[in-house]
Amino acid sequence: MNQAARGSLLGIEHLGAENIMGLLKLARRMNPLKPRPLLRGKRVLLLFYEASTRTRSSFEIAAKSLGAMTTLVLSSGSSIEKGESLLDTGYTLRAVGADAIVIRHPQAGAAALMARYLDIPVINAGDGMHEHPSQALLDAYTILRHKKALKGLQVAIVGDIYHSRVARSAIHLLSKFGARITLCGPPEFLPDTALTLAPGLHIVRTVEDAVHGADVIMTLRVQKERLAGTKISLQDYVARYQMNMARLKLAKKDAMLMHPGPIIRGLELTWEVADCAQSAIVEEVRNGVPVRMAILAKALGKAG
Amino acid sequence: MKIRGQKSGVVHLIKKENYSLLIKGGRLIDAAAKIDAPMDVLLRDGLVAEIALPGKTRGTAHEKFDARGLIVSPGFIDLHVHLREPGQGYKETIATGTAAAAAGGFTSVCCMPNTQPVVDSPEWVTWLQQPERGAVVNVFPIAAATHASKGAVLTDFRALQRAGAVGVSDDGKPILNDSVMRETMRLSSEINLPVIQHAEDTRMTDRCSMNDGPTAFRLGLRGMKAAAEASIVERDVQLAQQFTGARLHVAHLSTADALKAVRRGKRSKSNVTCEVTPHHFALTDADVGEYDTNYKMNPPLRSDSDREAILVALADGTVDAIATDHAPHAPHEKIIEFERAAFGITGLETALGLAITHLHRGHRIPLSRIVELFTSGPARVFSLRGRGTLVRGSHADVTIFDPQKRWTFDASQSHSRSHNTPFGGAQLTGKVVATIVSGRVVYRVD
Repeated sequence: MNQAARGSLLGIEHLGAENIMGLLKLARRMNPLKPRPLLRGKRVLLLFYEASTRTRSSFEIAAKSLGAMTTLVLSSGSSIEKGESLLDTGYTLRAVGADAIVIRHPQAGAAALMARYLDIPVINAGDGMHEHPSQALLDAYTILRHKKALKGLQVAIVGDIYHSRVARSAIHLLSKFGARITLCGPPEFLPDTALTLAPGLHIVRTVEDAVHGADVIMTLRVQKERLAGTKISLQDYVARYQMNMARLKLAKKDAMLMHPGPIIRGLELTWEVADCAQSAIVEEVRNGVPVRMAILAKALGKAG
Repeated sequence: MKIRGQKSGVVHLIKKENYSLLIKGGRLIDAAAKIDAPMDVLLRDGLVAEIALPGKTRGTAHEKFDARGLIVSPGFIDLHVHLREPGQGYKETIATGTAAAAAGGFTSVCCMPNTQPVVDSPEWVTWLQQPERGAVVNVFPIAAATHASKGAVLTDFRALQRAGAVGVSDDGKPILNDSVMRETMRLSSEINLPVIQHAEDTRMTDRCSMNDGPTAFRLGLRGMKAAAEASIVERDVQLAQQFTGARLHVAHLSTADALKAVRRGKRSKSNVTCEVTPHHFALTDADVGEYDTNYKMNPPLRSDSDREAILVALADGTVDAIATDHAPHAPHEKIIEFERAAFGITGLETALGLAITHLHRGHRIPLSRIVELFTSGPARVFSLRGRGTLVRGSHADVTIFDPQKRWTFDASQSHSRSHNTPFGGAQLTGKVVATIVSGRVVYRVD
């Protein structure tokens, strides 16, 4: 197989800890309110095969804050609808002058495929159930705004881990830095195989055990249609796994409550939890911009 | 000289009288005849005329083949290939597929009916065997078990058998419906026709693209559970036990649990047989790596423990045949997103090298057993009379190979029309030197 194009960010799994720290340090120097023309004249193509609010807008703002030009291509309303293949779409975007492609795709491995056949950096903005590396980086960035280090942190990840690219990327990242990670969810959403993903993982099946003494609680979105395929009802799920204030209180006093969004209030978390003082949900979104600025600057070799 | 006239006016040589070939100096391994000794083999008029100790053949030959240092084996038989005709000549044709077969030492291939259209009529079975197809090795068609392989209405087994079908299968798909499978087994028992099952409970494998396990979880791909294969094999073995004489052949068996079911069937004296592919004994699901679609096939590469179980079964006789499931696909069907990519890999040219490298050298399975798995084993499964052995009077189908030869497979030089193989660049030991069909050399290394 071909090697991935230089500068690509395809996932956290194969990223070294020093590279991750480098990106996070770089992100601290990025401020969307103080634009730096690091990427002046560069063209960043945003190729989105799936709906997105946060990732798309923050990548776009990040690119523009660095002086790059952005073009958005959506699968609907483009030649993708006419049956153009992923690689041909990539070649087309390269031909019109793309210097980097940010891709969101419903299929795992889509970004990796494109990176193997293009000679420009490909940034994975979420591929199927596989990885969402910029989310994991912005989550780590957010955690490190409040905690001294990731090492030894007790992190509970609750919800539909099986279908979650956010969970996979977060687990890889936190594991590399020695966090103690507890995964929690029903077997349909959390098979025992999940333990093989990275070192230092634990599975518990009751949310109270998972959040007890936690420094960080990451909740994940639950799709109703996915629950429909399992033995658990919506009511069961809410009763057993929903993050509410009583459960949040079992965590450390200064525990952070995180969620990659979009949140479904009343399902995986209550209204109160989403808006409570410990909730970092809005901050995560805000931090997405400098982190993605760092990712783009690094990808295009303008990290200095 | 016999000539068969064709409607199109094309004439095709099928046999040349009085042609003879002496293969001398080789080590003959004929598992069916329990021979493993230096022997000369004299082929005449498309049949084996004589087997004798070196230099002791009485007849004379027009040509001689020096097989010193080489193994002389009955021609290899592949029970499971996709030649893609009719309808998908862009992937493979009978001409290119059988050329690849010849290069891999296969003198006979059994082709699956999941073409476009599906081979579910005697006319298509006949069509596949016509000389215009340009086959360079023997082609034995397998016909669909149900109309258009939709799993509902059985085809006319008797008519298909008369036209030359050696078995029936809906390969690519299973026959899921219990009563349809029961009826298939009943009919099979009446006319002694093997039923080849692609064992996959597709109700359990929706949207799955590889084996269920750590690699699938890591890659975010939905995984096929071993139970989806084993449960169908278990059901089929039970059905086979209900009809005396019914013949069940499990295609491309890939899991330890399915092997258990096959062993149960064999112990109960049912006519249950199975085949294993080279990729399932050589690779595991971890080899999928980072979404390499050359490692995507169905059944998928399985866990290491499944692979271990298969190696044991290859050694102990549970497995009847090595079959390649040669499944050529064009680049536009493979160099795409993993989940959308077609299932299947080519396999004809690497089968022997993989068998010798992994089974003989890697796991000390004797060469005679490997020869059996390529010859008399498969011949028995589909009752291919006069093949899989070189006793006098058999078809003069011979594979000559060098079990020591180290070589690197170059997929770009493949005789197949497609190059979708995970073994490009693989260093293998054991290489075909010559392939002889009906007494004629159809492939030879210079």
